[in-house]
Amino acid sequence: MTPEPQNEVSPRTIEQVYRPMTRRTFLKGAAASMVGVAGLMAALKPLLELERGAISLDELLQKHYRQLTPEDLRRIMDNLAAKAGKEYGVQPTLRDLQPLDGVEFGYALNLTRCIGCRKCAHACLAENNQSRANPDDIEMSYIRVLELDKGAINLETSNVYYNPETVPQPDKYYMPVQCHQCRQAPCTKVCPVQATWQEQDGIVVVDYNWCIGCRYCMAACPYDARRFNYQKPTIAKEQINPNQTYLSNRIRPKGVVEKCTFCLHRTRDGKYPACLEVCPTGARVFGNLLDPNSEINYILKNKRVYILKEDVGTQPRFYYFFDK
Amino acid sequence: MKAYLTFLFRVWRLSFQGSWMFYAWMTLLTVVALVGLHAWARQFVDGLQTTGMTNQVSWGAYIANFTFLVGVAAAAVMLVIPAYIYKKEHMHEVVLFGELLAIAVIVMCLLFVTVDLGRPDRFHHMIPPFGIFNFPGSILSWDVIVLNGYLLLNLHIAGYLLYCRYRHQKPTKRFYIPFVFLSIAWAVSIHTVTAFLYVGLAGRGYWHNPLVPSRFLASAFVAGPALMILTFQIIRRTTNYFIGDQPIFTLRMIMTVAMIINMFLLGCEVFTEFYSPTQHTAAAHYLYFGLHGHSGLVPWIWTAITLNAIGLTLLITPLSRKIGWLNLACLTCFVGIWIEKGMGLIIPGFVPSPLGQIVEYLPTLNETLVCLGIWAFGLLMFSWMLHVAIPIMNGSLRDKPELSAQPN
Repeated sequence: MTPEPQNEVSPRTIEQVYRPMTRRTFLKGAAASMVGVAGLMAALKPLLELERGAISLDELLQKHYRQLTPEDLRRIMDNLAAKAGKEYGVQPTLRDLQPLDGVEFGYALNLTRCIGCRKCAHACLAENNQSRANPDDIEMSYIRVLELDKGAINLETSNVYYNPETVPQPDKYYMPVQCHQCRQAPCTKVCPVQATWQEQDGIVVVDYNWCIGCRYCMAACPYDARRFNYQKPTIAKEQINPNQTYLSNRIRPKGVVEKCTFCLHRTRDGKYPACLEVCPTGARVFGNLLDPNSEINYILKNKRVYILKEDVGTQPRFYYFFDK
Repeated sequence: MKAYLTFLFRVWRLSFQGSWMFYAWMTLLTVVALVGLHAWARQFVDGLQTTGMTNQVSWGAYIANFTFLVGVAAAAVMLVIPAYIYKKEHMHEVVLFGELLAIAVIVMCLLFVTVDLGRPDRFHHMIPPFGIFNFPGSILSWDVIVLNGYLLLNLHIAGYLLYCRYRHQKPTKRFYIPFVFLSIAWAVSIHTVTAFLYVGLAGRGYWHNPLVPSRFLASAFVAGPALMILTFQIIRRTTNYFIGDQPIFTLRMIMTVAMIINMFLLGCEVFTEFYSPTQHTAAAHYLYFGLHGHSGLVPWIWTAITLNAIGLTLLITPLSRKIGWLNLACLTCFVGIWIEKGMGLIIPGFVPSPLGQIVEYLPTLNETLVCLGIWAFGLLMFSWMLHVAIPIMNGSLRDKPELSAQPN
């Protein structure tokens, strides 16, 4: 860095810098700082409206789910249940269910039978305590039922807001899409803080107390299976399902991502997912992929199975099939 | 140590001395930045519902600005390479300004990522040992490393050189030359890694395209130098630091080459998308022509293409040897690339959604204010750094006042 000869230099303009501060400049500086601080306080004023307990020291210091001791987890779950009781009027039973040994869940959906009634999506909403603030409450359901034109599987022409008098419509067929619990899950790979991961039984879960809300997983998911809490969930007292687990359907905080967990609070307890139980046509088949005699394995071996977006290489545990 | 503290104290005092123009400019920027902070505080309390983002379009203006700015920061390397590798004397005059720009812009990038978070209060989850860093799996964790590394490199180089100059010492080569060369590779890495954020997602056909990183670099090396050329002229007019025409015309040449490459790559992309349209063309179709009656981005992208075309025409013709026309070219290229690489890249990645839904995105007022606030804060930082650095560079601020104005 050699200075150009043209660079005229006039130290006079800054010679104040070398002099000790005078009373006058000090007072001027103090006055300006006061204005600055007042401006800053005014800018931050909305923070006063933060709900009490919206950010607690306990939560700030909390570790990742997989680093918690059982006692810590119990204490955290008790706090969460108490908080939910205070905020939503229902004190849930909050449990932590571990994956079962020798179990890997798989799901298959019969496209020949599905009539597009969306009962699964509504049952999902009721089971999983999603927010109901949106008049279009289907939006937060983990299941999107696509209405497709017969003759092709072209997702681009799909319609999720279909609303005819009766279903199925003669020229249409229907395809419910939810989390595919991929073996090569792009969403868990991209998470910068490992707030989402795959459990031993194949279910991809989210630690809602660890997620930072960057939504990279949503960008990565080829099945549009993840939802983000753009606001604090709104659920009426009587709509709350109190049977909750830490990793699945407990009421989520604002600003985190959530998703389908194959209803692990039910399925790890020996029950079927809510969407299966409610299906009026028996289009849904759920079971253990590791059990050679399970119904899901029968389907995979004997039916015409279709994997959505197989080309993306995600190797889902969710399959579509057709009757002969 | 005492000398360094005195240095900091003087820099601090110098920060508050200037003409009324300086005061007016800094006050304006502070006010806009505070308005932005206010909007962000509102977002922090109410959640990201204050933005225009949805479950379908889950990234918006924040990430768009972030992507664009990473490129501007990387472009500082276009001053460093001519100065240190090709040993162009005239570039040594200005290379420091490029590094200062990189610092301000990287801070803006980090702010844009932070305001995009749903839970900024859990920011520490990304920082070991408080958190868990998903490295090397997540490209976002790579980005955190390269961006912060680039910030530190530039802080060190610029800070060291300025301090040496203030002390009237010759900088020791081994304290900065290795870092300068590292910063060249690092600059390329910040923009490449940022491109990989998108390219790595196989589920988004519009992004899953190996041309993206090359186009990122090419367009960055237009937008960054464009901003530098404009800055140099402002420095020339408003301070007593002399910058000749030579650095400006070196940058003009770089811009021209980079813009030609950028437009060529754009052509390649457009050909691939539209010659044999596949289902993956839907996003590009939405961007350029609209899809099923939805055409929110169409006016934007054609504005960008027009601005870029004007810029390219000016750059490749002798017209831009005149400073006035060159400034126009800089302005059109900067805005054109901001549109094309910001909203033009991010939003079509989400439209249509992976299941074929078309949900359009429009930033809300609150979101726009947050963006403006960050831009103002970045400008504020850059203006402040220039205000302090120039008296050191031209020798009016020295360790001992009697050394002022003596050549090194």
